[in-house]
Amino acid sequence: MSERILETLKSRFGSAIFETHSQFGDDTAVVDPAKWHEIMTFCRTELECDMLTDLCGVDYPEREPRLEVVAHLYSIAKRHHVRLKARIGDRELEGDVEIDSVANIWPTANWLERETFDMFGIKFKGHPDLRRLLMYPEFVGHPLRKDYPAQKTQPLIEYRTEEEAGLPLDKQLPFGPDEGMSFGRKEFTSGEGEAS
Amino acid sequence: MEPIDLELEEGELELPAEPMHLNMGPSHPAMHGTVRIVLELTGETITKADVQIGYLHRGFEKMCERGTWAQVFPYADRLNYVSPMLNNVGYALAVEKLCGIEVPERCMWYRMALGELARISDHLTCTGAMAMELGAFTPFLWFIKAREMLWDIMEEETGARLTHSFGRIGGMASPPTANFKAMCREALPKLIGLMEEGEKMLLKNRIFIDRLENVGNISGADAIGLGWTGPCLRASGVPYDVRKAHPYLKYDEVEFDVPVGTRGDNLDRFLVRLAEIRQTRRIIEQVLERMPDEGPVSVDDPRVMLPEKKDVYTTIEGTIQHFKLIMEGAKVPKGEVYSYTEGGNGELGFYLVSDGSGTPHRVRIRPPCFTITQGLQKLITNSMLSDIVPTFGSLNMIGGECDH
Amino acid sequence: MGEVTRQVTLEGSQTGFATTRLDALLGWARKYSLFQYPFVTACCGMEFMALASPRFDMARFGAEAPRFSPRQADLLWVVGTISQRQAPVLRRIYEQMMEPKWVLAFGTCASSGGFYDNYTTVAGIDKIIPTDVYVPGCPPRPEAVIDGLLLLQDKIATGDRTPGIIKPREDPASMGNVNGLVQLQKKSAKGDRP
Repeated sequence: MSERILETLKSRFGSAIFETHSQFGDDTAVVDPAKWHEIMTFCRTELECDMLTDLCGVDYPEREPRLEVVAHLYSIAKRHHVRLKARIGDRELEGDVEIDSVANIWPTANWLERETFDMFGIKFKGHPDLRRLLMYPEFVGHPLRKDYPAQKTQPLIEYRTEEEAGLPLDKQLPFGPDEGMSFGRKEFTSGEGEAS
Repeated sequence: MEPIDLELEEGELELPAEPMHLNMGPSHPAMHGTVRIVLELTGETITKADVQIGYLHRGFEKMCERGTWAQVFPYADRLNYVSPMLNNVGYALAVEKLCGIEVPERCMWYRMALGELARISDHLTCTGAMAMELGAFTPFLWFIKAREMLWDIMEEETGARLTHSFGRIGGMASPPTANFKAMCREALPKLIGLMEEGEKMLLKNRIFIDRLENVGNISGADAIGLGWTGPCLRASGVPYDVRKAHPYLKYDEVEFDVPVGTRGDNLDRFLVRLAEIRQTRRIIEQVLERMPDEGPVSVDDPRVMLPEKKDVYTTIEGTIQHFKLIMEGAKVPKGEVYSYTEGGNGELGFYLVSDGSGTPHRVRIRPPCFTITQGLQKLITNSMLSDIVPTFGSLNMIGGECDH
Repeated sequence: MGEVTRQVTLEGSQTGFATTRLDALLGWARKYSLFQYPFVTACCGMEFMALASPRFDMARFGAEAPRFSPRQADLLWVVGTISQRQAPVLRRIYEQMMEPKWVLAFGTCASSGGFYDNYTTVAGIDKIIPTDVYVPGCPPRPEAVIDGLLLLQDKIATGDRTPGIIKPREDPASMGNVNGLVQLQKKSAKGDRP
């Protein structure tokens, strides 16, 4: 049933559709980023995809172009899904990575694109209000990129020091050497309980 | 002296005033937790609203990339924490779609039963909290009492009341207990009784109805454009339910109706949730009748399932299989998949990208209440300040899911 | 109640003493009339709701009345994960409370950050505000939270400001071969060490 979508897209846009596949039953088309808005408008009007289910980014650091914007569309009346992908961005991601915004086609794209910008740094041209959504405005960097270390925090306020607190603040075992349960603990050499 | 009779124009009578900026902060008495709404008010009317989320962003997607496919289950539980079983089942189905595994029949029924119990828990919490925020504390306590009965069943089955982490790729962590069916059959009438008591009390109350009726209206077309799914969309008149439109597990073999509202206001969203609890009861009763009493609950595939403990300790194959699955993770085939189920709030989707190794390359959750919360700004603009409370309550924003 | 010997306090601590009858009276009055500020963020909030409900009733310990203004509260319940974005808010709420005030970290995420070891979670609220009782669990059973509340009440009564954690009453290893689990050789906690 949905093979027709891919055929329709290919016949209408020809070379702008780089590749298609239907792995696991999901129809997917990789499209030219320059035609992103046009193809999405076509899906909205001709293919009656009235719901933009999801829009997200994926980072493939080994590949160029590195970032991928993935949009899932759904039609409530016709009950078909289609996934459109566009590949943008060079290996180092030094400059701006841009693609058209579809917020004027589906209002839901507003927050979905803000989140993608927040997590990956992809700028959406024509978005009414592109600012961070999940992270705070003072945050530097884009967390879901593969080169952002997962544990690197950027605290907004200063942490308490150990002198002020009067006790060690790093994670450590809460019980002393002769208290609590003995299983799963390392041998203690001295009174300090320091977990490595 | 005679008083001066001035003829003033309409416009001159109004004093020039600045709009007031009010912050409904992230620490909010309503149990939603963590949403900040920055409001610009003229009197009591909201002229501009900016909904800021992200105060509970816990990095679900980044954490998934650091473990194995099976280690995602505890993180997935904590997404929609009022109905954790639905998240577990949704994620397990997504990975099974990628692996091409079909779980045994008993597991499908079991997943449906537990998932629907979790859905009742979700709807009870939402409606109870909404009533409490409007001042009706007693129905909230009754609904929580009903929810405790559900959690007792969950505790008996999975070992934990709230975040069970019970799903596994290819099945469940353990088979149903011997008196699962008896417990469910005993608890369901009591549950529904409590729910009906609360419903009667609320729906006969003039103040409750007045605060919810015709407040927070949204049309079906607007809701679809905003990406709404689930009870909020159905209250606006669009009968889209993933269980009916694209059935998964055994939903095409059970009979149930999908309650649909008409006006799309807060009252409709409230009533749709209560009606869904009744339909869910029908589903559970049918599932309990059809679920086989014996048979395996997990698929016997060594690529994804852990062997039994006695095999791990006594045979070398068991040890190696256990080791590889724990240390390296299940080797899921390369590719990408989008799998969606009906979560408590709507279409809960998981978009998984696998590079063929035991660690996920990307786990993207499509949170239903993310798109629903986006609509909050549209709903509260040009309404009164006190309408925010029931409107926000009826949307059922769960922080863990919205901020993932 | 008030079995001070069964509590665990961190090493290097000193117990304060309620030295006068007036202090004892104040301690008694404070501990049974706690006004809580539930700073609820995440899943532990569901267990908090269960705790406030009739089955596990917090009201019988005097800790029922929530006050949603920090100026009127004396016990700050930090329930759920605190993200980096939420941290200044928590600090501000804590600073707005008036003395005497206590903090109870409800859940593992508030105690130590839980399994969210990433760019966005504060690894334990004691990095931001001083904490009196930690109740671990993900989410903790309401009985565990009541245990923590009682521990806190003992601390209030004696005037002890050192942090404490609730402790399981029975060592699972000493329960024998339960449910057919393979029981490994148990090393005794005391006695083996010099």
